[in-house]
Amino acid sequence: MDLTIAMIITMVGASTPILFAATGELVVEKSGVLNLGIEGMMLCGAVIGFAVTFTTGNPWLGVLAAAAAGAASSMIFAVLTLSLSANQVATGLALTIFGLGFSTLFGQPYTGRPIGLFKSVFPPELATDPILRVIFGYSPLVYFSMIMVGVVWWFLYRTRAGLILRAVGESDTSAHSIGYSVTGVRYGAVAFGGAMAGIAGACFPLILTPQWVEGLTGGRGWIALALVVFASWRPFRLLAGAYLFGLIATMELYAKAAGGPFRILPSELWASLPYLATILVLVMISLRREGSTSAPACLGKPFLPTK
Amino acid sequence: MALLLEKRPNPSRAMVYLTPVVAVVLTMVVGAVIFSFMGFNGIVAVNEIFFTPLLNPLKWQDLAVKSAPLIIIAVGLSIGYRANVWNIGAEGQYIVGGLSATAVALATADMTGWWILPLMGLAGMAGGMAWAFVPAILRVRLNVNEILTSLMLAYVAVELLNYLVFGPWKSPTSFGQPQTIAFSADQSLPYIIPGTIVQLGAPIALLVALIAWLLMSRSIFGFEVRTVGSAPQAARHAGFSTGRTILFALLIGGGLAGLAGMLEVAGPFGRMVPQFPTGYGFTAIIVAFLGRLHPIGIVFAGLVLAITFVGGEVAQTTIQLPNAAVGIFQAMMLFFLLAGDVLTRYRIRFTRTSSSAGGT
Amino acid sequence: MTQKKSNLSHTRRNILKIGGAAAALPLLGGRAFAQMSKVKAAFVLIGTPDDNGWNFGHDLGRLDMLAALGEENVETTVVTNVAEGPDSERVFRELAQQGNDIIFGTSFGYGDAMLKVAKQFPDVKFEWATGFKTASNLSIYNAKFHEGRAVLGTIAGAMSETGVGAYLGSFPIPEVFMGVNAFHLAAQKQNPDFVTKVVYIGSWFDPAKEADAARALIDQGVDVITQHTDGPAALQVAEERGIIGGFGQGADMSAFAPKAHLTAIIDIWGPYYIKAVKSIMDGNWKEGSSWEGLAAGEVVIGPYNPKIPAEVVAAAEAVRLGIIDESIHPYDGLIVDTEGVVRAEVGDVIDDGEFWAAEAWYAKGIEA
Repeated sequence: MDLTIAMIITMVGASTPILFAATGELVVEKSGVLNLGIEGMMLCGAVIGFAVTFTTGNPWLGVLAAAAAGAASSMIFAVLTLSLSANQVATGLALTIFGLGFSTLFGQPYTGRPIGLFKSVFPPELATDPILRVIFGYSPLVYFSMIMVGVVWWFLYRTRAGLILRAVGESDTSAHSIGYSVTGVRYGAVAFGGAMAGIAGACFPLILTPQWVEGLTGGRGWIALALVVFASWRPFRLLAGAYLFGLIATMELYAKAAGGPFRILPSELWASLPYLATILVLVMISLRREGSTSAPACLGKPFLPTK
Repeated sequence: MALLLEKRPNPSRAMVYLTPVVAVVLTMVVGAVIFSFMGFNGIVAVNEIFFTPLLNPLKWQDLAVKSAPLIIIAVGLSIGYRANVWNIGAEGQYIVGGLSATAVALATADMTGWWILPLMGLAGMAGGMAWAFVPAILRVRLNVNEILTSLMLAYVAVELLNYLVFGPWKSPTSFGQPQTIAFSADQSLPYIIPGTIVQLGAPIALLVALIAWLLMSRSIFGFEVRTVGSAPQAARHAGFSTGRTILFALLIGGGLAGLAGMLEVAGPFGRMVPQFPTGYGFTAIIVAFLGRLHPIGIVFAGLVLAITFVGGEVAQTTIQLPNAAVGIFQAMMLFFLLAGDVLTRYRIRFTRTSSSAGGT
Repeated sequence: MTQKKSNLSHTRRNILKIGGAAAALPLLGGRAFAQMSKVKAAFVLIGTPDDNGWNFGHDLGRLDMLAALGEENVETTVVTNVAEGPDSERVFRELAQQGNDIIFGTSFGYGDAMLKVAKQFPDVKFEWATGFKTASNLSIYNAKFHEGRAVLGTIAGAMSETGVGAYLGSFPIPEVFMGVNAFHLAAQKQNPDFVTKVVYIGSWFDPAKEADAARALIDQGVDVITQHTDGPAALQVAEERGIIGGFGQGADMSAFAPKAHLTAIIDIWGPYYIKAVKSIMDGNWKEGSSWEGLAAGEVVIGPYNPKIPAEVVAAAEAVRLGIIDESIHPYDGLIVDTEGVVRAEVGDVIDDGEFWAAEAWYAKGIEA
């Protein structure tokens, strides 16, 4: 029982950065834009988040700065793809290369310096009992990631602005002809995606391993990308999917630590599971052929106002 | 006054050739400024990265070796991109191509013969094609987005590689280290210029570019690819099978990436190791774009990228410019190119009535 | 073979050497002639020196060497983040072309590239860290980290309250599983029921996964953890969870975990680098293979955390000194593996070198 709870807590931690990044990317993709630069934006957020937390000692400021850094880096992508209608795939990849290079250069003076973890803000008495710990034992970032899923769902499906955003993603030309600024909406979505990716990056030094080293995010940006697809662009499936991916990753480690039958499965198989599952989900979506759960129709296509 | 983009009826010829040059020059200028602010000698940095590899004849062999796989993969990708199919998982096809060639090498460990190397080449291509077949068939039959599936499979390929070299393929004589046995002479590419490290990969890269050029400009298939990419409706009216064209385009891309994998493992690597995935499959995407999706342009673009890699190492040893700087240079180059690209496809017009611009 | 003393002066030797290189490579630029009075040494690193681990240790060794031999006599170049495979081959050739006299490659995966380039530049000396194959101008050097592991195991065995320790590695390569065995065998001498759980994270570099693996281990009763990966991720988790502790790897990492950091295995490459570069100056470098440990000071145990009881420190010191004076061996019998096979009888020892040719095996009580 205690072990299950401990595992849940580790799993939630491991899932949180993926959840943040995927929540941002979901909004981006819903608006019809495919930004493959998640990993790069995450690294920008991670290094800036670390630097600000290290300098000020205040993790809240670190998170804020990480969001700003992620959003700022996403603007490179936005200007190129939205204003100048550059190819989104190539621009996203360039953004990843840029983020890796930038964070490595910028982070050099911060390598090898410790910071404190961004710990739970609840009184420690609440976390003594195992059951309470599973509810109250996390960093504020964890609750924030869950809240953001709800916020995004509410925004997309319960507000007018969300409706417009989805319309822009499903049919940019009709949205444009009704009089919405397609480019403006997409700028907003990309900036939000960048901010979320920045916070996702900051999760690494703030809640997972309180240090900065280059390439700290270890390719999780790509898993986040897979997750959006896995969740078939639905916020609450995203939440479930993030924890499922986190569970796959942590279960491997717990199984290895425990010994027993699971250990004979090669770790390469475990590591492949999220990717294989994502492909499977893509296939299943297509087989059902229902428009409601498939990809936004305009995903990845450039849009230019004609008149 | 506002800025408005107007689509040109045909891409501007001048801009097609000009933008890559401008992008490279701008990268040098901006790079020099940025690195000067960071406390390096920016001019020297740019000189070391972009010119030393070109001016020092000793570096030419490195450029040939480094650019060959980039060119081969990028040529394959460009065919798909022309057809508007976005295979971004060439890294995975490259790895599986290398693994398939390795499988042949391990099976022929005690054999000799001229036929082994061509067989490895075929196996490499077949492996790359097989890995590309999954996204291809899913795209054609079920309309599954190939961007995502090909990318996912790239990560699966890395795991497959690790599994094999740490497990069944581990050499018994390498002191427990994860690597296969070294390939024999008959399993390795011959050196084509004595006294250098230039192997068969470099001329094959040129040959591939040449064939692709002929294929794209002279054959029906090339016409189909371009039509499917630029005017899918017209392609349907003309009676082309869009699905078949997409399938072939993706398979060619996978096959060439697999060939590059075989040439790398039988060439510079000489055995399969966990360090085999070098990111060529991703860098080749930059190369394809920098080369304007044209086989000959790609040859030059491959050389430019190879120059930044080789020059980055020179700059690191001579002026201690951090390795990460190369990534920033490459990203900048692509940013400028993509930004400049707009001029090839669109005319910029300034309009006075702001209410009619940018929507509304 | 007796060592023939070279009577060429350092300067003349260099002139001859560069003359030879220039003759072999007519295209070599004039750069090499500019600084012929200094020995040029280059270091190729797989990461960056600020990793607080493996690369940091090598760079510290370089600085020690510079300090000992004088910057007026030696000039060094460091190339960081060099990927193993053909990319490294290019770097080694570049460094040889730049007129370096001796080039240190500090990762196993550089071997194929170094052997190739060494053949092309017979006048340049190459030194391959953790390698296994020499050539007439290529030496190998390594350190017996497992001797340090035995000291850590002693502390772990004596201090663990749960009797369960953990060993975190990246992949099961010989260097790692010989460390696992040394750690576990030493711990068992303190606590015969000691169990060592081994987790390989299956990635060369992923600090977040390391941290999660440490959490998984601690959640399952581990209270002493050691890691064979660079970086302090596991130690930081040990600190956060307040378990008995962990150990620094490669360098002192107490800044990351002041309470949990019990001690560290510190790599000291300085003496080896001084010896190697000095032999270039003296003109008597020769092909060789070096594998030193605690006795030669290549592997050093860091300061003990004050919270370690005096008798545990004494036990650890006894092992350390015993290994130095050879009264204790990290692998002395009786050693039985997990399959029940006797690997060493009472009174026998397993020679350290045997692990390199062996498939991974683990002593009884290791859960791998």
